[in-house]
Amino acid sequence: MAYLALFQSSSEYFMEVVKLPRDKEKLRDKKVLMSMLRKMYEIRLAEEAVYHAFLSEPMPGTIHQSIGEEAVAVGICHALRPDDYVTSTHRGHAHAIAKGATLRSFFAEMYAKSTGMSGGMGGSMHLFDKEHGFLGSIGIVGAGIPIACGAALAAQLEGKGQVAVGFFGDGAANEGAVHEAMNLAAVWKLPVVFVCENNLYAVSTPVENSMAIAQVADRAVAYGMPGVTVDGMDVLAVYDQAVEAVERARQGDGPSLIECMTYRFKGHSRFEPATYRPKDELDEWMARDPIPQLIRFLVQQGLASEAEADALKAEVEAAVKDAVAFAKASPDVDPSQVPSFVFA
Amino acid sequence: MRNITMAEAINEAIREEMHRDPRVILFGEDVGAFGGPFMVTKGIFDEFGPHRVRDTPISESAIIGCAVGAAVAGWRPIAELQYSDFITCGFDQLVNQAAKIRLMSGGKISVPMVLRAPIGARVRGAQHDQCPEAWCVHTPGLKVAIPSTAYDAKGLLKAAIRDDNPVVFFEHKLLYGNRSASAADKAVPGELALQDAAGPEVPEGEYVVPLGVAAVRREGNDVTVVATALMVHKALEAAGQLQETEISVEIIDPRTLVPLDKETILRSVRKTGRALVVTEETRTASCAAEISAMISEEAFDYLDAPVVRLCTMDMPLPFAPLAQKAVIPDAPAIRQAITNLMAR
Repeated sequence: MAYLALFQSSSEYFMEVVKLPRDKEKLRDKKVLMSMLRKMYEIRLAEEAVYHAFLSEPMPGTIHQSIGEEAVAVGICHALRPDDYVTSTHRGHAHAIAKGATLRSFFAEMYAKSTGMSGGMGGSMHLFDKEHGFLGSIGIVGAGIPIACGAALAAQLEGKGQVAVGFFGDGAANEGAVHEAMNLAAVWKLPVVFVCENNLYAVSTPVENSMAIAQVADRAVAYGMPGVTVDGMDVLAVYDQAVEAVERARQGDGPSLIECMTYRFKGHSRFEPATYRPKDELDEWMARDPIPQLIRFLVQQGLASEAEADALKAEVEAAVKDAVAFAKASPDVDPSQVPSFVFA
Repeated sequence: MRNITMAEAINEAIREEMHRDPRVILFGEDVGAFGGPFMVTKGIFDEFGPHRVRDTPISESAIIGCAVGAAVAGWRPIAELQYSDFITCGFDQLVNQAAKIRLMSGGKISVPMVLRAPIGARVRGAQHDQCPEAWCVHTPGLKVAIPSTAYDAKGLLKAAIRDDNPVVFFEHKLLYGNRSASAADKAVPGELALQDAAGPEVPEGEYVVPLGVAAVRREGNDVTVVATALMVHKALEAAGQLQETEISVEIIDPRTLVPLDKETILRSVRKTGRALVVTEETRTASCAAEISAMISEEAFDYLDAPVVRLCTMDMPLPFAPLAQKAVIPDAPAIRQAITNLMAR
């Protein structure tokens, strides 16, 4: 791709492309910003605990981690109401936590306990928390997007101004179901926001090998909706765009596509070392870690101190520890109950 | 009591349920003002309007996925596929999403949707003439209904709409019985002629046929014929022809394939000692094969002969009417199969 030749590294390119004017004034609400920081810490520290549990203990199943991508889930979900809907992906831990799932229900599910948010029946890739509007992380790539349209259809019919968000990745962007769903959303003017987490790789396949255009957001005009590419490592930039897109949907003006450029600090799944990625690329993206970025902003704007941020981190660490203990102490599932979960 | 066609009966079921429950909605290709290619949904758009009755683009993944999402969000969608052959185009949303969400969520989220689709050979060619029920019956988490009469179609569809689970509702094209759409339903000479749905007349008032209850279409003592959809009528024809030979044929119409009314079938086999399962599906790994296996396993001590399947030969369906006639069971073939069974 020609654009790659113009820039020394992928993150330089994206920092150029995605620079958007941001109204800093409206983003000075300390309460909102600290809430975002808390949520990002919840995701980061929970994911680190998961990683170590997976390494050292019998935590069953598989994991697809969101470390590095926290700003996308948190920026988007902070623009949502509790009665808004979210559908998610196989890499859904961040979305579930950002939408309001408790750390306890998350860890219990990861440990396959009956107190898990999916009753131990779903696991990492099938987290469901309808009470918080989290209609599910879906393990089939792209399949959550038509479901998000269905939730948006329900919202449209309900008439209470609810909105649905469907997360998907750069890999999913090429699934047929995603194209169908985006087209239908635009035709029916559904109140849905499509959020593409473009982390540049689908397992080992770089996005430029799967797409003949530069940005997923370029497809928005083809479907008939507004589309924008944004720096997904900047939670405030994500939140900014989310607020606009969510408002558009609430007003009945139809769907939007927000493409967030981001990066997973770990491999695709489990302990996969991601050797298909150049090490200096990982280093560049880690230098743009969303959590230190937000802390720097808070400090520079005089909204909070490093000490406050550290205190918040310690609080979340304790909450994660509590959640892990809760999960381990929870009762196992009862296999004889499983048939009762098939049909209502 | 009235003698109405199966198409009219389905139409009535949809209208009545849409009146009864404002959350019932209908969408699919050409189901709105056009009334559907088989005229099944004629007039429903005029009565209920463009919010609850919607035409969709040709996007089966989005159609079925929207039904999943709307159902999860508390509505009761009826999604229509123009031909059951196109179920493959949206198959992931049906088998990986609709069927599995309840189990994966630990029983906390249900998917109360109905997917209606026409089945049956009508000399259109291999991609428009299939009976793919087995794909759905093999998918745990889906209920499957397959009426053979107008009375059952109306009652079963009402039950399906009220059911909190995903129900796939198969309608045999040659049983729609509606000649007014002559462009869509050209009568074909011979065995495949369009038939009015024979069977009990349809009452004026409210009634429901519960899912999971078979019907005894004809009582007899010598052989049990289990048949679905059009094959119920072919079996009745064959049984009538066998009167003079004094072979007394009992015909069981399951009406629902999942859940299957095993007891009615087994009670019949215990009485007759011989079983023939006749469906229009291609033979290998068909629902007929499953029913046969079930009978052999659970009524072995009562059998005087092996359980026999009579199905369409294993092949994509040929177009030429003579070729189709040769490979699909008809009354003479059923008669022969029964005669063979009695000779053992």
